[in-house]
Amino acid sequence: MVATPEKPQYKVIGTRPIRPDGTDKVIGRAEYGIDVRLPGMLYGRIKRSPYAHAIIKRIDASKALALPGVKAVITHDDFPPPGDTAMTMGEGGVSTARFMLEGIMASKKVLYRGQPVAAVCATDHHIAEDALELIEVEYEPLPVVSDVREAMSDAAPVLHENLRTRDMAPLSQTPSDKPTNIASHLRFARGDVQAGFAAADIVVEREFETSMFHQGYIEPHNGTAFWNRDGKLTVWCSTQGSFSVRANLATLLQIPVSQINVIPMEIGGGFGGKLVVYLEPIAAVFSKITGKPVKMMMTRDEVFEATGPTSGTYIRVKMGAKKDGTLTAAEVYLAYEAGAFPGSPVGAGATCALAPYDIENYVIDGYDVVVNKPKTAAYRAPGAPAAEFAVESVVNEIAKQLDIDPIDLRLKNAAKEGTPRPTGQKFGRIGAVEVMQAMKDHPHYKSEIQGPDRGRGVAMGFWGNVGGERSATAAINPDGTIKLVVGNVDIGGTRAAMAMMLAETLGISAEQVHPHVVGTDDIGATGLTGGSSSAFAIGWTMYELGLELRKKLTERAARIWEVPEDQVTYGDDGVIRGPADAEGKPREMSFKEIAGRLARTGGAISAGLTTQKQGAGPAYGGHIVDVEVDRETGKVTILRYTAVQDVGTAIHPSYVEGQIQGGVAQGVGMALTEEYYWGPDGRMQNASFLDYRMPTTLDLPMIDTVLVEVPNPGHPYGVRGVGEVPIVPPMPAIQAAIADAIGVNLYKAPMSPRVVLEALLDKER
Amino acid sequence: MVTVVIPSPLRRFSGGVERVEVEGASLRQVFENLGRHYPELRDRIVYDDDLRPGIAVSIDDEITEDGLLARVRDGSVVHIMPAMGGG
Repeated sequence: MVATPEKPQYKVIGTRPIRPDGTDKVIGRAEYGIDVRLPGMLYGRIKRSPYAHAIIKRIDASKALALPGVKAVITHDDFPPPGDTAMTMGEGGVSTARFMLEGIMASKKVLYRGQPVAAVCATDHHIAEDALELIEVEYEPLPVVSDVREAMSDAAPVLHENLRTRDMAPLSQTPSDKPTNIASHLRFARGDVQAGFAAADIVVEREFETSMFHQGYIEPHNGTAFWNRDGKLTVWCSTQGSFSVRANLATLLQIPVSQINVIPMEIGGGFGGKLVVYLEPIAAVFSKITGKPVKMMMTRDEVFEATGPTSGTYIRVKMGAKKDGTLTAAEVYLAYEAGAFPGSPVGAGATCALAPYDIENYVIDGYDVVVNKPKTAAYRAPGAPAAEFAVESVVNEIAKQLDIDPIDLRLKNAAKEGTPRPTGQKFGRIGAVEVMQAMKDHPHYKSEIQGPDRGRGVAMGFWGNVGGERSATAAINPDGTIKLVVGNVDIGGTRAAMAMMLAETLGISAEQVHPHVVGTDDIGATGLTGGSSSAFAIGWTMYELGLELRKKLTERAARIWEVPEDQVTYGDDGVIRGPADAEGKPREMSFKEIAGRLARTGGAISAGLTTQKQGAGPAYGGHIVDVEVDRETGKVTILRYTAVQDVGTAIHPSYVEGQIQGGVAQGVGMALTEEYYWGPDGRMQNASFLDYRMPTTLDLPMIDTVLVEVPNPGHPYGVRGVGEVPIVPPMPAIQAAIADAIGVNLYKAPMSPRVVLEALLDKER
Repeated sequence: MVTVVIPSPLRRFSGGVERVEVEGASLRQVFENLGRHYPELRDRIVYDDDLRPGIAVSIDDEITEDGLLARVRDGSVVHIMPAMGGG
């Protein structure tokens, strides 16, 4: 770990206590959505489109309804008319009720293979599966457009007759006047680009493509709903945001939020992909019709074909530099597939693309484009990996052409406090320089690479991080522990982090805090677990909750000792001190001692509050990777990997290291093996874990991490989000390592054996 | 006075002007006063007494969580941008 002088000393923060949810998960007692079992439960399955683009001419469910055990079949018409109400899809992501409902159940037209057209529920899963075959759907196939550049051309089939290009963000601006597949265009600009290129000694321009990539969470989507006769709807599901599910259900089903209780179960991975509702509204409608609880689960191929991967992209980057390495200008063109409905992460990609650098002159154009593929969803630093793949690869080529060390080139151009961001506001205290310096100082970077066809690459990555609303209540138990209740879904270690931050504030041990995640009926409003927001946002909640408890305990101690409150202090060591007693002995009570006396001195103490804070600190990561390329097979083997990251303050270093290693693993998948392989008919050819090649332990070395701690001044404990940054640098770092190994620059991800071999053969011709 | 920086996609509603100085103690007042100069521009940012979905605003380099109620001070700089989603 590399701590900057700003970091204070802590007692609990920075230690590595056992995770509160560890035992239940290890012994299999933790309850996931699939474990929900209720009396009389029915099972739902979805009839999905075999076509990527087609008109639905007729749906006949009569044979399915005649099958013994089948209780109901529903289509789009069983939902209330949706209208164009705006709906949140995660921090900042927006859609409309109409588009969201079309993704849940198509009305007149299907826009991707796997889109739901009907659903059936039955007394068991197998009957429901059999009934699907009995639902007759007649389609009129339409031409398929699955390439982002093709979709942007005037000759392309138009997916939505009413779609018009809007400026800056979906839903927000005046649309253009002609039907198009380009849902929105945004532009960020600074300085004079032409003058910047004129001042450059070299200019490098390259084109890049990236595949759609799936989050690959191990737990498929699931949802169970029970619509009680009193009108109360309860939903158990795997989600990153129970309040978001509640809000979406209320809009789609047109019932008040107070009638809905969403209970988040343990989650087997999300990475952004579980911010969206797919099954819950269907299960709810079935439950309303049948009066029974209804459970729905996806198979793995349904997850691949019909949930929300990240965008495939086409990117063009042009950058100019002086001989001394100063970057003088950049043009970045980003075209992102949104999938069937508007809303790709191109905005985030645009804001992250040049974020590691302070460049005087640039233009960034971003296009959100609909294609006949599943609607994209957030995926860990949505939009950033593809953008940085392109920009960082060009930066590495510039360093190579100028014969400057790639980290020195980056240090020369690094963003610092005060550097303007593409969106206009200036950076506060950031750690880009510290990360770059830690990379340069690392033994990995200083080591020699030996052997043929081996190479080394480096790259930077950035993510903006966000905050959000969080609620919590804390009740002090007589045994000196705290029952902490939150609505914050724990996807990456939030329970441990929040327990530690509350413990730090109160001067007690993390083990004395017992966190519980509850449903929407049992806690105040709580935002999504996403955008690397949780440790930052819930950390603020814990800090203010801790201060509130300290105040109440100080008041109680004064009452117990019968002394004025202003003579009593709560120490950071968790000991309450008052003036000396009549015998001159110091008055002291530990947290545990006073907890044991609360009941008989005025009653138990608890506190609850909701916070929504600004000041989330953006973060940088820098990766160093060594690879070996097999010239006969095109296989790339990773020999060594070091990930350096500004983590603000590492609350629980083991979790932070795990987040970084997980991000690297997913980034390596994007770089080398993962790919949506499309047929000409718009069908994904590899919708299974066997064929969609996520990296396994056999594909990865130990991933070394270096935690650089540049505390975020916008947080009482200096927290910055850590979860998303580490997925950003792997693609360009590996691209550079491959180029160093075999002298070939690749511009398409994944850089699969096929891509590597083709490049080698082209080179030999 | 508060400086509102107009992002390039919206400058066609401000006659190409990048920075506009307006009075106001809250974002609501700032955009109301902006609307007196450029009514169409205001409508691109504000809808139904709220920021439009998909729009975010930073005040003095911090993205606000308080919508139109966010306070601004004399000399504040306001930027308008697309809201970003996380994963």
